[in-house]
Amino acid sequence: MGELFARMRRSPQGLLGMILVATMLVIAITGPWIAPYDPETFAPLLRYKPPTFEHWMGTDQYGRDILSRLLVGARSTVLMAMLASALGTLAGALIGTTSAYLGGRADEAIMRTIDAVMSIPSLLMALLIVTLLGKSSVNALFAIGIAFTPGMARVTRSVALAVRKQDYVSAAIARGESARYIVWREMLPNVVAPIIVEMTIRVAFAVMLFATLSFLGLGAQPPKPEWGLMVSESRKYMGQSPWMILWPSLSIATVAIGFNLLGDGLRDALNPRT
Amino acid sequence: MSPAYLLKRLALIGYTLFVVSLLVFGITQILPADAATMLLGENATPAALAAVREKLGLNDPAWLQYWHWLSGVLQGDFGTSTRTGQPVGPTMFTALGRSLQLALLAILLTLSLALPLGIGGAVNRGKAADLGVSITSYIGVSIPEFVSATLLILVLADWLQWLPATGYVPLSENFGRGIEHLVLPVVTVSIIMIAHISRMVRSELVDVLHTDYIRAARLKGLPPRTVLFRHALRNALLPTITIVALDVGYLLGGVIVVEEIFALPGLGRQLIVAIQTRDLPSIQAGALIMASTYAIANFIADLAYAWLDKRIQYG
Repeated sequence: MGELFARMRRSPQGLLGMILVATMLVIAITGPWIAPYDPETFAPLLRYKPPTFEHWMGTDQYGRDILSRLLVGARSTVLMAMLASALGTLAGALIGTTSAYLGGRADEAIMRTIDAVMSIPSLLMALLIVTLLGKSSVNALFAIGIAFTPGMARVTRSVALAVRKQDYVSAAIARGESARYIVWREMLPNVVAPIIVEMTIRVAFAVMLFATLSFLGLGAQPPKPEWGLMVSESRKYMGQSPWMILWPSLSIATVAIGFNLLGDGLRDALNPRT
Repeated sequence: MSPAYLLKRLALIGYTLFVVSLLVFGITQILPADAATMLLGENATPAALAAVREKLGLNDPAWLQYWHWLSGVLQGDFGTSTRTGQPVGPTMFTALGRSLQLALLAILLTLSLALPLGIGGAVNRGKAADLGVSITSYIGVSIPEFVSATLLILVLADWLQWLPATGYVPLSENFGRGIEHLVLPVVTVSIIMIAHISRMVRSELVDVLHTDYIRAARLKGLPPRTVLFRHALRNALLPTITIVALDVGYLLGGVIVVEEIFALPGLGRQLIVAIQTRDLPSIQAGALIMASTYAIANFIADLAYAWLDKRIQYG
C-alpha cells in the first residue's frame, strides 16, 4: 500500500488526481460545517450579486450564497456518485465472477445477455429506471448503479478469466497450493486492482451522469443544492449573471477530471510494466 | 469473413434485440402509473376506466400484453401515443432521422479531428504538443454535455450572437440556416468523443510504434512517413473502429441531452417528453429504437473489423 502510494505520487497524473479527489472528499464531508451561509435561505435583497468579499462566488436568483450551496451540495453530487459506482461495481463483480466461475454454456449465456443489456446506452437505462422508480436523488443513485452493472460484470469476468490463465496461478497449482490460497493470495489481489481502476474512472462518469439526471429534472429536486440542478436552474439567468452557472459547471468538471486522473494514475502505478 | 461467423453474428443481434425489447417492455410495464388513469385523467368514472382497460388489454397477463406489443412492433405498429393520440411509429422514425443526421455529423467531425490529434500526440510523444493534447482531452472527457452546451450557448449565441441558440430548420428547407442550427449541437456531442478517441488513437499508435516490425521497417531505411502511414497506422486504427462503435452509446446518450437543450425535435427530445408525460407507448418505442440503433451500429462495426482484419475468423 505504501509502495503504491509512493508510485502514485511520482506520476503527475496520480499526484494531481490524489490532490483533487482528497480535496473533494474533505469538502463533501465537512461542507455543511464550513459553509458560511445557509444554502437554502432566501435573501431577497441580495439577489444576483457578483462575487464580493462577503459572497466569494456571488449569489443566485434567490440571494442564496453560491459558495455555500456548492460546499453543501458536494455531498449530494460526489458521495452519491461514489455510492452509485460502488453499487454497480459490487453487483457487476458478483455477476462477472459467477459467470467466469461457471464457465462453459452458462458463461456464454450470461455474457451474451450482458452484451444485449449493454446495447441500451447508460443514460437511457438510467432514464428508464428513474421513470420506473420516480424522480429523486436516491432513485438516481440506484439507476446509475444498475446502468453500470453490465459493464462492470464484463470487466470483472474478463479480468478473472485472464488471471486464471496466468503462469503464476498454474505455478501455484503445480506447487500443490490449496484452492483457498490460490483464490485469496494469487487471484484476488490481481483481480481487485483492475476493478478498482475501472471503478475510479467510472466515478467520474457517475458524477456527470448524476448531474445530467438532475439537470433533466429527474434526479435531485429543488431547492436541494445539487450541482447539476444548480446549472439547470441558473440557465435562465446566465445572460445577466454568468458566474451563477460558471461555478457549479467548474465544480462538476473538476471532480470528473480528478477521478479520471486518479484512475489513470492508479492504473499506471498498479501496472509494473510501465 | 466466413458465412458461419456472419450467421453467428446475425443470431446474436436477434438475441440482443429480443433482450432489449423484453427489458424495455418489462421496465415500462411495472411502472406504478395506470395507463387507463393517465388516458382519462384522475376524475374518470370507474366504469369508463374499466372499459378503457378492457380496450387496451390491460387486464391480460403480462406475457400476453408483451406478445401483442411485440407482434405489433414487428409489423411496424408501435401503438398510439397517450399524449397526442397519434400513431407512435411515424413520429419516432421522423425524429430518428433528425437524430441520425446529428449523430452522423458528430461522428464525421470527431474522426476528422480525433485522428490527426491522436497521431500528432503519438508522433511527438513527450513533447509540449503531446502534453497539450493530453491535458485538453482530460478536460474534454470531464465536461458533461449539458455543461458544454450551456457554456457554448452563453458565449457563441448570447454574447457573440454568431449562431442561433435553439431551434431546428430542416436541411431540405433551408440548407444554410439548417446547418447554422446544427453547429452547436454537433460540436457539443462531439467534444467528449474527440477527447476519448484521440486518446485511444494516441495510445494504440504509441504501442504499435514500439513493435519489432516497425523497428525493422525503420532499420530497412524506409522514410518515416511511409513507416507511419503504411505500416503503423493501419494496425493502430483497427481497434479504433470498435471504440468508435462503442462510443455511439455515449453519443446517443449525449444526443438525448443535447436535443433537449437545443430544442432539436429528434428521438432524444421525444423520449424526454414521453418520460415527463408518462406516455408509455412512446417511451417503449423511443427506447427500443434507440437501443436497436446502437446494437446495429456495433454489428456493422464488428463486420467491418472482421472484413478488414483477416486474422479474425471466429467462425
